[in-house]
Amino acid sequence: MTDATGLIDLADTRAGSEHKSAWSRFRRHKLAMAGAATIAILVLGSFLGPYLLPFDDTHIDVMHRFAPPLSGAHVLGTDELGRDILARLMMGGRISLAIGFTAMAIAIAAGTGVGMIAGYYGGIIGSLLMRFVDAILCFPTIFLLLALAALVKPGLLSMTLLIAATSWMNVARIVEAQIRALRDQDYAVAARAMGASSFRIMWRNLLPNAVASIVVAATLNVAKAILLESYVSFLGYGIQPPNASWGNMLNNAQIYLSSAPWLAIMPGLAITLAVTSFNFVGDGLRDALDPRMEIS
Amino acid sequence: MIPFLLRRLWQSLILLAIVSMIGFAILYLAPGGPMSQFAQSAQMSQEDLDRIARQLGLDRTLPVQYWDWLLRMLSGDWGRSFRDNSPVWSVIGSHLRATFELMAVSTLIAIALGCWIGILGAIRRYSIFDMVATVGAMVALSIPTFWFGLIAIYLFSVQLGWLPAGNRQTIGDGSFLDVAHHLIAPALVLALVETAIWARFMRSAMLDVIGQDYIRTARAKGLPEQAVLRGHAMRNALLPLITLAGLQFPTLLGGALVTETVFTWPGMGRLFLDSVEYRDYPVVMGILMFSAVMVLLGSLLADMLYAVADPRIRMG
Repeated sequence: MTDATGLIDLADTRAGSEHKSAWSRFRRHKLAMAGAATIAILVLGSFLGPYLLPFDDTHIDVMHRFAPPLSGAHVLGTDELGRDILARLMMGGRISLAIGFTAMAIAIAAGTGVGMIAGYYGGIIGSLLMRFVDAILCFPTIFLLLALAALVKPGLLSMTLLIAATSWMNVARIVEAQIRALRDQDYAVAARAMGASSFRIMWRNLLPNAVASIVVAATLNVAKAILLESYVSFLGYGIQPPNASWGNMLNNAQIYLSSAPWLAIMPGLAITLAVTSFNFVGDGLRDALDPRMEIS
Repeated sequence: MIPFLLRRLWQSLILLAIVSMIGFAILYLAPGGPMSQFAQSAQMSQEDLDRIARQLGLDRTLPVQYWDWLLRMLSGDWGRSFRDNSPVWSVIGSHLRATFELMAVSTLIAIALGCWIGILGAIRRYSIFDMVATVGAMVALSIPTFWFGLIAIYLFSVQLGWLPAGNRQTIGDGSFLDVAHHLIAPALVLALVETAIWARFMRSAMLDVIGQDYIRTARAKGLPEQAVLRGHAMRNALLPLITLAGLQFPTLLGGALVTETVFTWPGMGRLFLDSVEYRDYPVVMGILMFSAVMVLLGSLLADMLYAVADPRIRMG
């Protein structure tokens, strides 16, 4: 096993130097840096912001219903019940971002597991798993998600699990392709010859080479999860009031579009900002981690 | 070419089988499963429910039930809507036209705009136009479609009063101009994401082609740049778009659902959402299966067209 460890050490040092140049490449990608900064601000604002505000997100201020932005104590105005929109944006941000990150983590774990097994073993197991992935991808995500969401009790946990359940397939595809290409490389064959177990080869030798693609897919998956949450909550099957999410804040906004347009504008801007940021970071990571692509 | 098509057809059939199993599984996940229609009514005793279950064949083993269900699906018997007891197939059929109208128009807009932006971006790489287009496409991909629809309604219907805020036509008026007037806003909203995808894809396809040897050859033999770009580069760069059209289909359908919701467009997406609301499972499952089959057929058709258009594929 000492030799196998030696191999891994070698891989580790190389990964270390790549990591350094990848970071400098990422830093040169201005939009990705701006995206990362925006994400940091959104996360901090959502998790710390509510402690700095004098208003609770569920506090109903009947005297100040439909207060427009910048018109008084409520900086971004109030909604149809007189709740402070900024407070709701922050609390909604907590939920939307938490769902985005958690759903991504579950989807990455599931997708990596399925992709790794399918890519490594190939044959009947591999093609069965991948045909299953293809089959789920035939269903438009939103249709599948809504049909499933209507079957369960809506809530934070069920939303997260359902979004993960409908978004792990692209990760499985990416990981499967990578592992399939790598499993017959010399170092994998050598590790096998030295008696390393299949799991060890997959986990220690093959997976580290797929990390770059997985990280990019993870970033883009957070963006997708936030979008999906907003769609489903907007349609009324996601996070339920009085809890706020960026999606369900838009739920009633259409009715008041002509009298109180800010109800629609604010949460939508938050979603767009968050999703754009994650997409830019994903783009930057792709450029930084894949040296074959040139930097724009 | 025939072996390629046969292999592709065989793959699609296997996929269709797995898709049908997933559809069947979801049907059984529904509360009460296929019995939910009867379980909701209070006058039914447990005995009645058992008798109906036996009559419907629900006491048999799952594989037998699946086979039976599959045969019925294949023969066109997709069950009946809980709402008005009309066959699922005709309920879906009556909403198809509106959805296809919307999807076709916005796809045309997206392809025309997207290709133009993508090609120009690739030819003038790193120009201001290219930079703005690249960033713009990324932002367009990140805007939630339904929110963009709300903003469009606010601007063009509420504030400016140029476009109707929803529906397919004014009641009592169904003239071409009236329908077209109603179509503008939802088609443009649905086209936004599509345009961004087409532009990004076209840009990279064009860049790929421009780097090929035959482009250098064409330039070296003294062809004017316009002829090189039009005759050699563009014709080859347009080929992969056939594949993209097939791949884009699920996204397009999903986008149509959301757009139809905001604009109360009486299409399949609106029907799907209403059916989810009424817990009308036969229609929900019908649309789910129907859209998956459409997606399958779409990608099969795209691959076949590609094989016809590009001789290099047929041989592989």
